[in-house]
Amino acid sequence: MTGRRDVRSPALGLAAPLLAIAFAALLASFVLIGAGDPVLGTFQLLLDYGQQPRSIALVLNAATTYYLSAVAVAIGFKMNLFNIGVDGQYRLAAMTAAYVGGTLSLPAGLHQAVIILTAVAVGAMWAGLAGLLKATRGVSEVISTIMLNAIATGLVAFFLRKVAVPVQGSNNIGTQPIPESGRVGGLPLVPDSSLEVFGLLPLAVLVGVAYWLLLGRTRFGFDLRATGRSQSAAVASGVDVKRMTVTTMLLSGAVAGLVGMPQLLGASYSYSLDFPAGLGFTGIAIALLGRNHPVGIAFGALLWAYLDVSSVILDIEGVSREIVTIMQGTIVLSVVVAYELVRRYRLRDEQRRVARELDQQRAADAEGVPA
Amino acid sequence: MSTRTTGAAPVDQQPRRRLRASRAWFGAAGLVVLLSLVRVVTGADDITSAGTVAAALGLAVPIGMAGLGALWAERAGVVNIGLEGMLILGTWAAGYAGWTYGPWYGVLAAVAFGALGGLVHAIATVTFGVDQIVSGVAVILLGSGTAQYLSAVAYADVSGGGATQSPPVGDLPSFTLPGVGPALGDLEAQGWFLLSDVAGILRGLVTGVSVLTLIAVAVVVLSWFVLWRTAFGLRLRACGERPQAAESLGVNVYTMKYAAVVVSGALAGLGGAFLAIVAASAYREGQTGGRGFIGIAAMIFGNWRPGGTAAGAALFGYADALQLRRGGESVHALLLLVGIALVVVGVLLIVRGSRRAGITGMLVAVAVLVWFAVTDLVPGELTGLTPYVATLLVLGLAAQRLRPPAAVGLPYRKGTSS
Repeated sequence: MTGRRDVRSPALGLAAPLLAIAFAALLASFVLIGAGDPVLGTFQLLLDYGQQPRSIALVLNAATTYYLSAVAVAIGFKMNLFNIGVDGQYRLAAMTAAYVGGTLSLPAGLHQAVIILTAVAVGAMWAGLAGLLKATRGVSEVISTIMLNAIATGLVAFFLRKVAVPVQGSNNIGTQPIPESGRVGGLPLVPDSSLEVFGLLPLAVLVGVAYWLLLGRTRFGFDLRATGRSQSAAVASGVDVKRMTVTTMLLSGAVAGLVGMPQLLGASYSYSLDFPAGLGFTGIAIALLGRNHPVGIAFGALLWAYLDVSSVILDIEGVSREIVTIMQGTIVLSVVVAYELVRRYRLRDEQRRVARELDQQRAADAEGVPA
Repeated sequence: MSTRTTGAAPVDQQPRRRLRASRAWFGAAGLVVLLSLVRVVTGADDITSAGTVAAALGLAVPIGMAGLGALWAERAGVVNIGLEGMLILGTWAAGYAGWTYGPWYGVLAAVAFGALGGLVHAIATVTFGVDQIVSGVAVILLGSGTAQYLSAVAYADVSGGGATQSPPVGDLPSFTLPGVGPALGDLEAQGWFLLSDVAGILRGLVTGVSVLTLIAVAVVVLSWFVLWRTAFGLRLRACGERPQAAESLGVNVYTMKYAAVVVSGALAGLGGAFLAIVAASAYREGQTGGRGFIGIAAMIFGNWRPGGTAAGAALFGYADALQLRRGGESVHALLLLVGIALVVVGVLLIVRGSRRAGITGMLVAVAVLVWFAVTDLVPGELTGLTPYVATLLVLGLAAQRLRPPAAVGLPYRKGTSS
């Protein structure tokens, strides 16, 4: 009996995201038809462009960043904490780290480590503020992190103007570029592509493994998940919830601090006005898409990056690229709906199975008893 | 606890509300006195000028509508993070219908589009019971994606418009209370303590008020009436407190939740209409600027009540307006106000027994006052942070007295206990 379920479980689990993607494509088709754009042509463009070597490298780069952001969000989600503040955390962290990295001159190796640790510390501190407010004053982390996002935006603008130098060849301003000793070279992972993959891609993998180990293999991870599932049960088993709140926010912020690092150390080398923004928000959607699971998030990040990268071609071909944002929104919504439907289906299935077994047993008992 | 929130015991409630109302008036009066004191001391005339107050009123409306939307949804037990997306849908619809058919049609279309966003959220959270935050995030993505896509399709090749902007929308009428403006203006110009400040505030409130602002104020009052004075409202709030109990009394919880979330979206749409038609005279990409989130903050600030939500929105609007009007000087003056207020709150907290919070408040107060003393202006980038820092401070000092609806955020399925 259990054997049958083992085969069907993963198949059902996989069915949900696939159905969601199909549904999103269907909805996008309707929108395209409504706007008078070619449907098949648009999807063909997305597919073709996304498979070029340069696009693949771009997808891997974007996915690295998205993955870190999504893990940062997922750590909070596991404890029922909604860290909308990843956005502010990574931008403040990247700005500070860029400034520190550009000012110091240290031997290679140490230099990168100092930059990354700075980012981790700043990200953790900024998220920790929200954790402290929640633990000591009961302020909802949803609101405090939204506020801290806005405050981070202002602080970044303020400090950037204080320390910035003009970026050559534009009217952009940025921090002093990080010297050669503090950079991380690219990896030629994609054959036939002139564009190299971020050297910090392994860091994202490492973070994913650490996240998995922490949650599944440590006492802390167990407490964290227990608190997320049932706070009263966790308290009964001796968990200090306030302390867990602060620690979780610190951890989430620490990972959020890493979000800007692949871009900073692998491509930009300085924090300027056009440093990518809004990654924290993307992270929320991807964490949800991947159900906070380290492998699921990886798939989510790749899918998201693929859609983002290949959407660029649409503008060139005269189709509005925002159709991809509509698809992304639909995917998130329909994935969760599909998961819920699968969950209900399983529940009903199990109830029916138990009922059937009970019936059989009763029938067998009835036969055993002489009339 | 339940007497205060469910309205089930009218005998007990009457004096309590009078007390609350009188405390609110007392607080507002105290704030005006404090503001005029700060103005006289610092000479920052803009902190109570008619211009600032009028701007604050305009900035508060979209935030207030989003906050009220959040209130409707959460009172029925549904968290609506998606308000931002519904606000965006509202701005687009207002821009499109306003440009094609006229501003009033723009308002109607915005309300309809916002309600549509609410409907999507309701289908996902009520019928399918998915996580409400997840659905909200998806609605934001859908709302912003749809608006951007549609505006690229609709406005890209139109004169006066562009891929991210609609052509100009006609104006809605605005009202000025006749006869009092010049007199109040004279009084305001005298610079007298308190009198001139009150005159400035009043003049700001009666001059050039958009009809949408009036509608928004009416909607706040109407929401209070419907939610707290009708059987429908009682049932709706019961769904947010104890859906199983409501169900056992014959309330159709699904219907109530649907109604609440659709109204929530419609209100956000109205806020979007205000942004597009009154504040900017056109749809522009990104013009909502996170006001959906700020609205939720205003609602929490207001303890899930309409009056409180309006007060929260007013605070945000005021802080926003202040930084626009000689921000460096005005916000610098505000530092003094914040410092004094924090000292008062700190003393109150210590007297009431929460010593640690009180001392923290005092420390922050000292830091703020030192900042006030050693500088003359607040840098431009930082003046914009006023509303956010203010919210954090207020919530940090007040959060533990807030009480959200008991079943907010929990999925509900018919016929289940727990």
